[in-house]
Amino acid sequence: MTFLNAIIGHIGGTVLLLGRSLKHVGTLPGQSRRVIEQCYIIGFTSLPIVTILTFFIGSVLALQSGYSMENFGAKQFIGTLVGLSMVRELGPVMVAILIAGRVGSAIAAELASMKVFQEVDALETMNIPAERILVLPRLAAILVMMPPLALIGIICGWYGGALVSEYTHSISVDNAAYFAALKAYMKNRDVIDGLLKAEVFGFVIVLVCCYIGLSTRGGPREIGASVTKAVVTSLILILVLDYFVTKALL
Amino acid sequence: MSTPSASAFTATPFVGKTFGVTVKGLTKQFGRATVLHDINLEVRPGEIFCLMGPSGSGKSVLLKHIAGLERATSGEVRIGEHDAGDPDTRDKVHLALVFQAGALFNSLSVYDNLALYPREHRLCSEAGIRERVMNALSILSLEKAVKKYPSELSGGMKKRVAIARALVMEPQLLLYDEPTSELDPVMSATISEIIATLREQTAVTSIVVTHDRSLALSIADRIGIIMDGRIRALGVPDDFRQPADPAIANFLSPVIDLKNPRFKQLENSHE
Repeated sequence: MTFLNAIIGHIGGTVLLLGRSLKHVGTLPGQSRRVIEQCYIIGFTSLPIVTILTFFIGSVLALQSGYSMENFGAKQFIGTLVGLSMVRELGPVMVAILIAGRVGSAIAAELASMKVFQEVDALETMNIPAERILVLPRLAAILVMMPPLALIGIICGWYGGALVSEYTHSISVDNAAYFAALKAYMKNRDVIDGLLKAEVFGFVIVLVCCYIGLSTRGGPREIGASVTKAVVTSLILILVLDYFVTKALL
Repeated sequence: MSTPSASAFTATPFVGKTFGVTVKGLTKQFGRATVLHDINLEVRPGEIFCLMGPSGSGKSVLLKHIAGLERATSGEVRIGEHDAGDPDTRDKVHLALVFQAGALFNSLSVYDNLALYPREHRLCSEAGIRERVMNALSILSLEKAVKKYPSELSGGMKKRVAIARALVMEPQLLLYDEPTSELDPVMSATISEIIATLREQTAVTSIVVTHDRSLALSIADRIGIIMDGRIRALGVPDDFRQPADPAIANFLSPVIDLKNPRFKQLENSHE
């Protein structure tokens, strides 16, 4: 019962944080510098690792499916399988997991440290709402950066799959056939759904990590605990939300 | 070496009035521990009130209640007529708190730390903000630190930047949490002068939580001693030069007795 109460309390706290942040949405144009800075931190600095990770996910997917599909003569559909898997599921989910580990942890650590070392209290005494300058710019930045990051991740995954399909001896599906199969069953709706999922995941990750960071109490030891909590909670939420968002979009 | 001078300070007169603080029946519990027991206190508008007490006696918790950073378990804290715990109070009262460790924003330079308040509240143009910030920095001899980040500052410098940040806010109620800790005697004396001069020129109500006996006795209009979460004594500085209460006398002028059994225990443990 206590555990359930705690979960309900955290959900309530997160929703309240969102409400308090959205109250200041009119201040966003005046905070463009902060939003751009967060876009750089969230988006640009995550780009190299997103490209590497998704490229190899596409490669492995092509390798595994090529090996299996060859057994029943369906290897010409590798492009379709890799294409749809990346765009509808693996691209958004893997980019979200990466954002949770890389950006979510950094947000939780920064805000927890600000809380522990009384910087958030200082803002409060200065009558500057922490939600306005610490949470809102990050939420805006993730909304801006998540679709391009997911799209780049999806495309890298496609090319990873294409490369492996062409140059792996046991598969040997050339690029033209791979991309023809990929396009044949791909609809605009698939891409839009994938990007929408990524947007939802990114928003939830940042909101939850901000909440956990700002809820930190105690000393420096609790900063580490908050980071772990933020990443674990984000990963669980990504996978749980994935099911429900996918079901809603199908 | 240049030493900052309090006489260099000329504060802008406040637009609003100055506020007193009333604490009525304040009790605070953290879990099962009662940190403050039924505190009743009145700080008059424009006075310097020093709150002293041993470590862990509840001084800083009381200060946080006045700043609206903690909610009372029971009782109330009012700033003038306003409830200190109500977020709207900060729209009506300019309140600044100088935190013990500074609480500077690590991601901002010293200049931006000071400029944050006027910028966020759009108090003046960027040129006006610059003038305000540089004035506050010059009072505390921090001009050379303007481009530095808090991580590049010593503990004492961080404290001075925190005081400068409070000055930029032109407060009506100024709260200090251990303003002279980690400072050398010269800087401590200067900070004491600044607190006194600031009140002299602007009539700002100042509440100073401190262990520093000489600071309290030299600048306070009144002193409160808090022990075990209770107000033990209230009075003017002269009442505390030779206090009759042995607990207060021992706190204000502790006698170091090397024949104390505790030292004997330490000696034995090393043998």
